[in-house]
Amino acid sequence: MTDPILEVEDITLRFGGVTAIRNVAFHVNPGELFSIIGPNGAGKTSIFNTISQVYRPQEGDIRWKGSSIMGTRPDNVAALGIARTFQNIELFPQMTVVDNLLTGRHVRMTQSWFDGMIWRGKAKAEEMANRRRVEDIIDFLEIQEWRKHPVALLPYGFQKRVELGRALAMEPELLLLDEPVAGMNLEETEDMARFILDIRRELGISMIMVEHDMGLVMDIADRIMVLDFGEKIAEGTPEEVQKDPNVIAAYLGSSDVHAD
Amino acid sequence: MYKRPNLYTSYESETQILPTWTQKALMAFFIIQLFLLPFSIPVLNDDIPGLSWLPLIGDGIPLFRFLGDGEWIRASTKVLMLIVAAHGLNLLSGVAGQVSLGHAFFMGVGACTATYLGSASGSTTWGHSLPIWVWLPGAGIAAALIGIFVSPVAVKLRGLYLAIVTLGLVFLGIHLGNTSWGAKIAGPPALGRKAPELDIRLWKEEDPLINMSDDGRWLWFDIAEEGKRYLLYLVLAIGFTLLAKNLIRTRTGRAWQAIRDRDIAAEVMGIAEFRYKVQAFAISSFFAGVAGALFVGLSGQTLATDFGLFLSVEFIAILLIGGAGTTSGAIVGAFLIYMMPQFVEEATKWLSDQESGVTGVVGDTILTEGDDLGFINTSTVTPGWTLSVFDWNIVLFGVLIIVFLIFEPLGMYGIWVKIRNYWKRWPFSY
Repeated sequence: MTDPILEVEDITLRFGGVTAIRNVAFHVNPGELFSIIGPNGAGKTSIFNTISQVYRPQEGDIRWKGSSIMGTRPDNVAALGIARTFQNIELFPQMTVVDNLLTGRHVRMTQSWFDGMIWRGKAKAEEMANRRRVEDIIDFLEIQEWRKHPVALLPYGFQKRVELGRALAMEPELLLLDEPVAGMNLEETEDMARFILDIRRELGISMIMVEHDMGLVMDIADRIMVLDFGEKIAEGTPEEVQKDPNVIAAYLGSSDVHAD
Repeated sequence: MYKRPNLYTSYESETQILPTWTQKALMAFFIIQLFLLPFSIPVLNDDIPGLSWLPLIGDGIPLFRFLGDGEWIRASTKVLMLIVAAHGLNLLSGVAGQVSLGHAFFMGVGACTATYLGSASGSTTWGHSLPIWVWLPGAGIAAALIGIFVSPVAVKLRGLYLAIVTLGLVFLGIHLGNTSWGAKIAGPPALGRKAPELDIRLWKEEDPLINMSDDGRWLWFDIAEEGKRYLLYLVLAIGFTLLAKNLIRTRTGRAWQAIRDRDIAAEVMGIAEFRYKVQAFAISSFFAGVAGALFVGLSGQTLATDFGLFLSVEFIAILLIGGAGTTSGAIVGAFLIYMMPQFVEEATKWLSDQESGVTGVVGDTILTEGDDLGFINTSTVTPGWTLSVFDWNIVLFGVLIIVFLIFEPLGMYGIWVKIRNYWKRWPFSY
């Protein structure tokens, strides 16, 4: 058994009097597709925000490959190899698809502003090399015909794909997917599921996925963690989680309520 | 055989600023024309018949007749200076999304630095009489340093708050210019002092390599003082345009746009927000500083009050009308904002000069000084309710900003994209 790539140890996150996450612990193994589910407001997106250090949890520790990333700036967390998509699309709407993906390459590029300004030597070579990588991603996600469009003009489903592409452009080792198929129809959902499986198989990237589409989660996740009101109520394989009485209670209401 | 015009075979050819041969040829033709403009003055006088084939705007069209004189070359030079400054503000406000009303302040810093380094010292003023290759970059670097100094405060703020803080800078600058120390650099309040010479020389007192301040022969051409200055500014404006364009299309420019569009997402994508905002301020201020130095180099006079709020607002108007975030928008905006008043003025002048001895004529009516033409009054002061030429400029200015904000937030660039797409699709509607 290899060491986990990401370990989250008993984190607690409070906003004033509200405790968004309470003593949640989990780990993600290399190459694993780990899923976090739970009712609305359970703290799923907050967990993503603590991993990328947009929020700083008051207690607990988050370790990336064994070393703590607590207190690291979000941009440095990204440079470590943790990429992310957002629940509500957070693409750069006025930029084209290619430019959005190239922005994803930011952490893998080294040119300074001066190199870029005079467009000589390193900057030019680097722009070309990274453009090639971006085209690979465009091919992978089958968005060739949208390449030069500003993303604001793209249909919703394609915007979701571009956002996935932007995260992939960072060449991450861990990908945080926040509701990748929210609001999609069946066909778009199946396309997205195929991309997610391909990412795992071809690129070997570990993933944490937050998703409400139970069918998708149960089909493709290796392990699932269930949250309710900021606390972990279950963790295990899809089969284990489905049978867990706590999960059934959280999702369907407990039988006690209807007892009398 | 029919060949597809836009078939790119390498990323290099696709990322070129002007990808097609048509664009390259048109741009080359346009730039050659720009370089030939100062030499066109004698052409209009038929002094050089051999060059009369050049398609010049001028002669013939009464409204454009003024283009042939030195006054117009001067106006064009001013536009070139404005373009350099507009690129600076475009990088900061249009690309990086940090709305700044303090652009005039940074131009003022550049102007004062240039004067301090380049002008001769007097009894009440400081100066070092250094050559242009010292004071021009020096002006940019000084403004950039002040920009870096100010930026940590500005980085913490956004939108309206940032605009207000940078607005404060403008008033601070004017105030500093009026203090006793400020007066040693920028000259006595309301009087100003002589701006540095544009002459290109190796060091302080040596004979200039190129004398910028007299008419006469330069290399093989006869060229007026205005013409030489125009050429110098043209080279600088083209250079800074390339720098700005390159910044926008590479890593730094993308990072700025990302911060503009979604700052939290940009950080999660690995863009160090603080660092890139400071960079945007520094580089934008560098452009402003150089433009400020060019400003006084053109007017010949350094005056602190020139760099007031109106100048800042003028640049906001340039961005809005040209199209914020685009290099071409900054150029077109600078041209329109400065040339529009010139055209209004010329239009009135033309109306007044129609017949000798008479101030103007419209149809059968003969007008004398002070009469109004229905909408424009020919006198320079405002008699009664009609508007003078000067008033009309300000009114047009305001109306244009409002119209563009409501109907075309992308400015002239947006209009151009719409026209281009229409012709690309024609005869289809989609």
